[in-house]
Amino acid sequence: MPQRTLRTPLYSAHLAAGGRMVDFAGWEMPIHYGSQIEEHHAVRRHAGMFDVSHMCAIDLVGADATAYLRRLLANDVARLATPGKALYSCLLNDDGGIIDDLIVYFFTPTRYRLVVNAGTAEKDLAWLRTHLAGFAVELTPRREGETALAMIAVQGPEARERFCTAVPAARGAAMALIPFQAAEWQGEKGDWMIARTGYTGEDGFEISLPASEATTLWQALLAVGVKPCGLGARDTLRLEAGMNLYGQDMDERISPYEAGLRWTVDLKDVARDFIGKSALARRRLTHQFHGLLLLERGVLRAHQHVFTPHGEGEVTSGTFSPTLNQSIALARLPADIAPGSEVGVEIRDKRLKARVVKPVFVRHGISLL
Amino acid sequence: MNTPTDLKYTASHEWIKPEADGTVTIGITDHAQEALGDIVFLELPAAGRVLKAGEACAVVESVKAASDIYAPVSGEIVDSNTAATDAPESVNVGPYATWLFRIKPSNPAELDALLDAAAYAASL
Repeated sequence: MPQRTLRTPLYSAHLAAGGRMVDFAGWEMPIHYGSQIEEHHAVRRHAGMFDVSHMCAIDLVGADATAYLRRLLANDVARLATPGKALYSCLLNDDGGIIDDLIVYFFTPTRYRLVVNAGTAEKDLAWLRTHLAGFAVELTPRREGETALAMIAVQGPEARERFCTAVPAARGAAMALIPFQAAEWQGEKGDWMIARTGYTGEDGFEISLPASEATTLWQALLAVGVKPCGLGARDTLRLEAGMNLYGQDMDERISPYEAGLRWTVDLKDVARDFIGKSALARRRLTHQFHGLLLLERGVLRAHQHVFTPHGEGEVTSGTFSPTLNQSIALARLPADIAPGSEVGVEIRDKRLKARVVKPVFVRHGISLL
Repeated sequence: MNTPTDLKYTASHEWIKPEADGTVTIGITDHAQEALGDIVFLELPAAGRVLKAGEACAVVESVKAASDIYAPVSGEIVDSNTAATDAPESVNVGPYATWLFRIKPSNPAELDALLDAAAYAASL
């Protein structure tokens, strides 16, 4: 039986904007609308928008919501005190491997929202439900049906101002936000969540809103010059920003320690026992996560072999960086390699030189090299 | 899609222009550049390399992926376009104005097996 291809509420808007549609995790999504590089630059220099409605928001409500998330997530939601504050975390399995990476938004100690990846949402929900026993918590996915939400990310140095021009009534709520904070706001047909978060290394908002309002917001953003951007630019932007992509830079065999995400594992409260904690403590680390900068002409790509004096590693994501005009990558390398080292990367029949660097290449439009 | 009628084509999206001196000039079609997206890197064969028809001999990399380019006919590489390697985006701007390499065919009869514009356009 052919698999059903899913479409977001913005499908027609993508076609109208000239979107080249591709399959992404079972969803028909725009890869670009003409030029991926122009879209990339629009986000670094002005403002671009992405349809991220294929990602899944999951609402958590209940007396034990905090205790439940302190058990399920490697990062600690107990550090969230201000309503709307967000936290990036991994969801680990019993072996300390990464089931998914997600953002959790705190509203009250009995009410949270998770936003998880598109391709992993069903798996995540199954895992979350398996561990509900003993906790007074209700889970509500918000991707399909009458309460379905759409999500639009508006990113770039001019993103916040342009969003507020497009939706003047939301200006007060939106402009008061500090980075990694969200506000709930009453839209025409239901609740919006405006979050000062993103996946590009630029300032901006990610807006969740009723699916029926998505096209109106998209048109309003178009009208103030926000450029539609596809998954292609989303990938080059996140790679320049040194942000991991689930399924590529990490999966269930990889722990946060091997994916550059040690900072997201909160061990401060020694009494807290989260899933995967004891396995993480036992795991022997042979590899670490680094950035690579190709010193010769060519393009780094996922799965290329990396040769170092301490053994072999592998490129997990690679691309041509439009901002740096050079190829960059994220790579898992032998633990003893230090930033600054020169390594060899096998590209077709050649071994090209690359330098090991910190895995953050560009932030707020500026090269960090 | 632009498919000039004075060129020959392959099903793998190369265009071929027979020159007066008996060599052939090769590039990639408008359809190919459109499908690849923004081109950021070219690896072209060195002069003197001897190829069989259908052999992978060049690589075009876009932001998305790397794609092999195949020799449409057997023969020896006589030249490759260094101006294109220095400005790979020129392939997107003018796929038929930006040639990639030239071959001196060793078996000119192979040229007869190439597609004409109508047959190539019909294959898309």
